[in-house]
Amino acid sequence: MTPDLLAALTAARAAKQPVVVATKLPGGEQMLLPAADAAPDLAAAAARALERDESGTVRLGEVDWFLNVYNPPMRLIVVGAVHIAQALVPMAAMMGLNVVVVDPRRSFATPERFPNVTIITEWTDEAIEALAPDVRTGVVTLTHDPKLDDPALDIALKSPAFYIGSLGSRKTHAARLKRLRELGHQEEALARIRGPVGLNIGAVTAPEIALAVLGEFIAARRNSPLGTKSPQSNV
Amino acid sequence: MSDADALDILSVASGWRAAGEQVAIATVTETWGSSPRPAGSQLAVTVSGKIAGSVSGGCIEGAVAEAAMKTIASGVPQLLDFGITNERAWEVGLACGGKLKVFVEKLA
Repeated sequence: MTPDLLAALTAARAAKQPVVVATKLPGGEQMLLPAADAAPDLAAAAARALERDESGTVRLGEVDWFLNVYNPPMRLIVVGAVHIAQALVPMAAMMGLNVVVVDPRRSFATPERFPNVTIITEWTDEAIEALAPDVRTGVVTLTHDPKLDDPALDIALKSPAFYIGSLGSRKTHAARLKRLRELGHQEEALARIRGPVGLNIGAVTAPEIALAVLGEFIAARRNSPLGTKSPQSNV
Repeated sequence: MSDADALDILSVASGWRAAGEQVAIATVTETWGSSPRPAGSQLAVTVSGKIAGSVSGGCIEGAVAEAAMKTIASGVPQLLDFGITNERAWEVGLACGGKLKVFVEKLA
């Protein structure tokens, strides 16, 4: 890899741009995509690889190209700077996720409790709206307080976020769904919320619940059967 | 996200390069069967013996590091094939019986 290519790749990644390094095999000629001067078939293959988020070798004409995908990290928006968040946030960061903590209660949302992550202390609906969850973003609410959780879920449901979870018992969740219904959300939209949140691994402690949430997040991301949401699949 | 950066092989490799080390990067380009690491997995290695990342469960890292020394010396990249048959797999250390290709290049 040439210093120029490495510098361009590093800059693109710092700017959180999705890019592909295409390497001609076996010779090793390389280019960074997307690029204005790329051959259309190579450009299309790179776009598909980014979309699938999967590196691999493709044959174009008589030439093998290895396409190495560098998508920006997936994002996890954690609503509620609570005890469980203190376990969830560092574990998610270790997985390489871009983690954002949202909580307007400044005594909870402190850098001492959440070092090295973005903390937003706006009201939760304004915060989620500004963060604009996309198809590579998950949103999980942990506050147990309808004043904070509901506005966040309301906005998350209007976004294409691939994972939406909400902490709370079945009873709490049923009450939550009723309130969101009153805000005008249809059943199909409400079915996107994973509640009670997390895989059913019998989690009890904060780190265990964090593990259950992250397991479910990955399962949803990778289309694992475990990630298929059904009322029976989680507790 | 400092933790994610710590796992980012290219950042580690370019850091080593900037510090004057001679560095090669190995990347899994294709896998078949039960290979433990997906395409795109990377390993960085230096002439001085530093190593970061992985291209397998640990079984072929030695052979890849050896090939990397050649690429650093010659500047010529290599495309390595591992795990031809199950019996051969033991020789190169791919006990899982998987197959993979690894591209080795010098970080100029």
